[in-house]
Amino acid sequence: MAHYELTLPVTEDAVRALRVNDTVTLQHRLFGIRDATQIAMFDRGRATRLDLRGHAVIHTAPNVKKVAVSDEHPAGYASVCIGTTTSMRMERFTEPLLRDCGVRIVVGKGGMARGSLDAFRKYGGVYLAIVGGTAALETTWIEAIEDVDLDDLNPESLWQFRIRDFGPLLVAMDSHGQSLYDSVNEAARDRRAAALAALNVAR
Amino acid sequence: MTLRIDPKRVEDAAKELYIRALKKLPPDIKRGFDTLVARESDSTAQSVLGVMVKNIAVAEATDNLLCQDTGLPIYNVTIGRNVVVDGVALKAAIRRGCERATREHPLRSSVVHPLTRVNEHTSCGEGMPVIHIDFSDTFDGLRIEMIPKGSGSENNSWLRMAIPAEGIDAIKRFVVDCVLDAGGKTCPPTIVGVGVGGTSDLCVHLAKRAATRPLGTHCADAQGAALEAGLSKAVNLLGVGPQGLGGDATAFAVHVELAATHITMNPVAVNMQCHSARRASAVFTEAGVEYGY
Repeated sequence: MAHYELTLPVTEDAVRALRVNDTVTLQHRLFGIRDATQIAMFDRGRATRLDLRGHAVIHTAPNVKKVAVSDEHPAGYASVCIGTTTSMRMERFTEPLLRDCGVRIVVGKGGMARGSLDAFRKYGGVYLAIVGGTAALETTWIEAIEDVDLDDLNPESLWQFRIRDFGPLLVAMDSHGQSLYDSVNEAARDRRAAALAALNVAR
Repeated sequence: MTLRIDPKRVEDAAKELYIRALKKLPPDIKRGFDTLVARESDSTAQSVLGVMVKNIAVAEATDNLLCQDTGLPIYNVTIGRNVVVDGVALKAAIRRGCERATREHPLRSSVVHPLTRVNEHTSCGEGMPVIHIDFSDTFDGLRIEMIPKGSGSENNSWLRMAIPAEGIDAIKRFVVDCVLDAGGKTCPPTIVGVGVGGTSDLCVHLAKRAATRPLGTHCADAQGAALEAGLSKAVNLLGVGPQGLGGDATAFAVHVELAATHITMNPVAVNMQCHSARRASAVFTEAGVEYGY
C-alpha cells in the first residue's frame, strides 16, 4: 500500500504501477464528465475539442455560477459545489473513454463492473474511489474551472478543472484485474447466511 | 385564534428550506456518525467515515452544500389545528420558492423532463417538486419539511409483491438482499427505509417515509419496531461498509413503516437515504416562522 502523487497527464506505466489499496493524490488537471456527456460523445458521435489523452476524468455534474470571463474564471464559470456521482450508471462508457479518448484514470464513487475492469487491464487504466457525498471538501481541492465544452448539456457539460492536492483517493480497481468492490461484494454475499440466521430466517 | 398562512411567507420558507437542507445535516445524523465511528473496526472504513465527518464541518465552515446532488425536491406539509390555508396558493408558493432557491443561490437543477431530458434549470417540472399534504391534531400551525432526495440512493429502490405464504421471512430476506444489491452505489452508510403492507404505491411511499425519518425514532407499531431492530443488526453483519469499500458501518439503521394490507398480499418496498441524510423544517405559528430539522 503505497501513496502516489500524480500530475496529469500521466503515462501508461505510471498507471500500471498502481495497485488496489494504494492511495493517490492528483495534481494539475481533471476533467468532469457525466451520463449526458458520454451519451453525446459515444452514442451520438459528438466530438470534443478538449484533449483527454493521459488524463483523469471524474463522474460529476457541478453546481456552478455564471460569471464574467477573467483570469480567475477563464471559462466564465465559478464553482459553487463540485462533487461526485455514482459511477455504475456510466459503466458502458469506460471502454470508449480509454480506447478512443486515451483517458487513464476514472475517479468516481460506488465502483464499476467487469467491463470497466477489463478495459483498465487492456488499455492501462485505473479507478480511484473518492468518498461520495463529500462535495464541500472536494470543492476546496478545485482551484478553477479552466474550460468547458458541450455546454448545451449543462450541468452535464465536459468540464476542465484546475486542481490542487485532489485526494487522497483510493485505488479501488487497478490494471491487474483487481477490484476492491468485487472482493467486498463476495465477502458480503458469504455473510448473507449469517445475517439471515440472525433474523431466524433459513437461507 | 386562527392563523392565516400568507403564501409569500411560504414561498420564502420553501426557498430557505431547500438551501438549509443542502448545507447542514440534522443533529440526529451527526450523532449517528459518532456512533458508527466509535464501533468501526475496519481501517479503510474509519478513514472513509473520517472524510464524511470532515465534510460536514467544511460545509458549515464554508457555507457550502454538503453534496453536489441537489436531488429531487420533496416538501412534506403538515397542517395542524387553527390554521386557514389556501391549498392551491400554498402549492404554487412552494413551487416558486423551490425555483427561487435554484436561481438565486444558485443551485444545480437536477430535474429534467423524463422523455426529452430537457433541464429547465428551475428544479421544477411536471409533478416536481413533490408536495405531500397531511393533517395533524397535535399542534397549532403549519409545518413544512423539506427533503432533497439524492439520486444515488433513489436509483436503488425496490418493490416486491410477496404473498402471504412467504410470510415475514420474505420481508427480512428481501431487505438483506437489497442491501447486498445496493453495495456502494447508495452512498452507505445509509438509512434503509422499509415499507411493509398497503397497496403497491403506498408500500413504496412508506419506504421513503421510513428512509427519511430522524435517527432514533421508531416505528409506532410494536411488531414493526421489533422488525427494524432485528434488521438494523442483521444488515450491519454484511460488511458492505461505507461507500461499499468494506467495514462494519453499512447502515445507520433500518427503519420500518407499515400499513394494513389485503388478505392476499404481503408487499415490501425498500428505499434508502444516503449518509448525507439531509432534512430541514419550518413551523409557522402566530409568533412567526421557526426553522429546524
